[in-house]
Amino acid sequence: MSQTAAQRFLQDAALKSADLVHREIIQRGMDSYDSAHLKGRARIKDWEAARQKCQEIKREAINHLDRYLLQFEEKVISRGGHVFWAANAEEACTYVKNLATRLGVRTVVKSKSMVTEEIHLSPALEKVGIKVWETDLGEFIVQLRDEPPYHIVTPAMHLNRGQIAKLFREKLDPGIESDDPVDLMAAARRILRQAFFAAEMGISGANFLVADAGVVAISTNEGNGRLCTSVPRIHVVVTGIEKIIPRLEDLAVLWPVLATSGTGQGITTYSTLIGGPRQPGEVDGPEEFHVVLVDNGRSQLLADAEQREVLHCIRCGACLNICPVFRHVGGHTYGTTYPGPIGSVLTPHLAGIKEFKHLSYASSLCGACSSVCPVKIDLAHHLLQNRRNATVARTTKSSERLMFRAWRYAMLHPRMYALGGWSMRKALRMIYSLGLAGSILDPMRVWNRHRSPVPLPSESFRARWRKGRGAN
Amino acid sequence: MPHQMLVPRKVSLFVPCFVDQLLPEVAVDTVKVLRRVGYAVEFPEDQTCCGQPAFNTGYWNEARPCAEHFVRVFKHAEAVVCPSGSCVTMVRTFYPELLAASPLREDAIAVASRTFELSEFLVKVAAVTQVGATFPHSVTYHASCHGLRELHLRDEPLQLLRQVDGLKLIEMVRSDECCGFGGTFAAKFPDISSAMGDSKAESVAASGAEFVTATDPSCLLHLQGILSKRHAPTRTIYLASILAQQSLAQEKP
Repeated sequence: MSQTAAQRFLQDAALKSADLVHREIIQRGMDSYDSAHLKGRARIKDWEAARQKCQEIKREAINHLDRYLLQFEEKVISRGGHVFWAANAEEACTYVKNLATRLGVRTVVKSKSMVTEEIHLSPALEKVGIKVWETDLGEFIVQLRDEPPYHIVTPAMHLNRGQIAKLFREKLDPGIESDDPVDLMAAARRILRQAFFAAEMGISGANFLVADAGVVAISTNEGNGRLCTSVPRIHVVVTGIEKIIPRLEDLAVLWPVLATSGTGQGITTYSTLIGGPRQPGEVDGPEEFHVVLVDNGRSQLLADAEQREVLHCIRCGACLNICPVFRHVGGHTYGTTYPGPIGSVLTPHLAGIKEFKHLSYASSLCGACSSVCPVKIDLAHHLLQNRRNATVARTTKSSERLMFRAWRYAMLHPRMYALGGWSMRKALRMIYSLGLAGSILDPMRVWNRHRSPVPLPSESFRARWRKGRGAN
Repeated sequence: MPHQMLVPRKVSLFVPCFVDQLLPEVAVDTVKVLRRVGYAVEFPEDQTCCGQPAFNTGYWNEARPCAEHFVRVFKHAEAVVCPSGSCVTMVRTFYPELLAASPLREDAIAVASRTFELSEFLVKVAAVTQVGATFPHSVTYHASCHGLRELHLRDEPLQLLRQVDGLKLIEMVRSDECCGFGGTFAAKFPDISSAMGDSKAESVAASGAEFVTATDPSCLLHLQGILSKRHAPTRTIYLASILAQQSLAQEKP
């Protein structure tokens, strides 16, 4: 039988969390993010008020998703664009694939989009013989490595410049000698320039879909987004339905908050608004403009009043960056499109609670994610709700269910509880006095593998209290 | 705000199950400190657990009767004081949600508003920061997650520590990063939990302090295990155990 997602996670987590080189690279990356993020937040006069505003905007948008999406669609169509509503990954991929074949597309350039990762768009296009170029530098690097992005904002953060230089030598040009980032970037640029001008189709994601203006808002830093969306004759936007926001003016707070949370920037280098194909009299822009609105499980989450706010997410990556679990296991260990706290909350909804419930348990519930989320999603509490959903759906082990039933009985009967505690301490003391700590007979062996044994006092506090020794 | 209440004279002690069974001296020191600042302390012997182990593992149906038991035991308490920010979080933050459909809902909300973590009670309710303690050692402070992010206790424990005679407070880097305990997380994901513990142990070591303290003895139980395994010189000590220490002169009545 092949490994389950949970088994794979445990195995990869054990390897990665013990990998000190990995820990060093990530820690260094996160340290520089931390200081940029704090500095960025300090630039905003009232960060908490900004978070509050962003939460309100997204709440309004999500609660009236039906109305705002239709408003957006109408505007796009009025300017000659096309909108396709994809219920799932397959429908979305098929639409783009058919469009590409119908219009004779042989080369596609892509700017960064996590939704296209979620629906596995590139493999679907490559299967019909279309060459797909990732043009975001980080995405380009992981594509060369045949790897998924490590992080939703910084896809190649797990690699240092030496590793990237080696990769470029192997895959691009054996003549690359330097590992200077400027030289490496120049090497990537030389190749990508050719791709931009060869491509018939550009595919992008969207950071926001603005309902009242009917435009797509894209935030990027490398300029590749603008090339992808304006040079090829066809531009396809692939995006989740939850990206909608009501008004153009909402960007006044969402853009800086997204940039601050994502990278610590005041605003990203390029902030682009696109509303349709080239209009009469315009000198550039694509001839065809398509927006693929992907549902893929989002409507189901929308129907869940308790967890609906998970759709507020603007994919800034702040919860990944602060998460101590992410910092130790890294992005690939999750085995999902969206890693980190948001991924652990979202994935069971998009891909099934049975297969992915372990992610909701793989958290110490420290709440750091909730404290940084710029749209105030209470991620830690949603992890708890996912855990409850997992037990209600009876996907947890029967031994665990039995254990908690016994636990409940003891907790409702104080004498049973006291007796249970006493016998546990007695038994452990005996096991340890025989030198069997950590052996198969030691019920605390998992604990003891990485820690010295817990203290085992001869008396509990309640026993002391009863004997009048509660304060000495 | 939960602490805007008549100042109680008597407090009921809630001792978390793992403290009761494994760390009784933590509860003893809590009693000492509360008595020293003028409170009568009672310990309702029917208490068991707040229900967090089941709740956090997803077994809300098992946690619920346990929470109801807690509410019945402490219903008439003037104030409940507990030496763990995590267990107080369970009561204050999660009981109202867990018991939303319970006949004890109103009682639960009332009890939740009168349940306090020790440092929170001392500083915010009793309005005491000087508890007459002496501890001539260097100490670094780990901000336990639930106390910090659910109960918003940032400065209260530090205010108490700053008033301790002879104590040298040393700040550690990333003091608010989780130690990796996380209850059943430590058992389900031992490798991640201990890797997080290692990182915390490194921050503790880098501070050079003799002791590391926190508002949650569960963090310290885990950290002590990690530190001892590494043969690190730093020892853990719960906040109340520092506050309970007195010089010989102070001990004289």
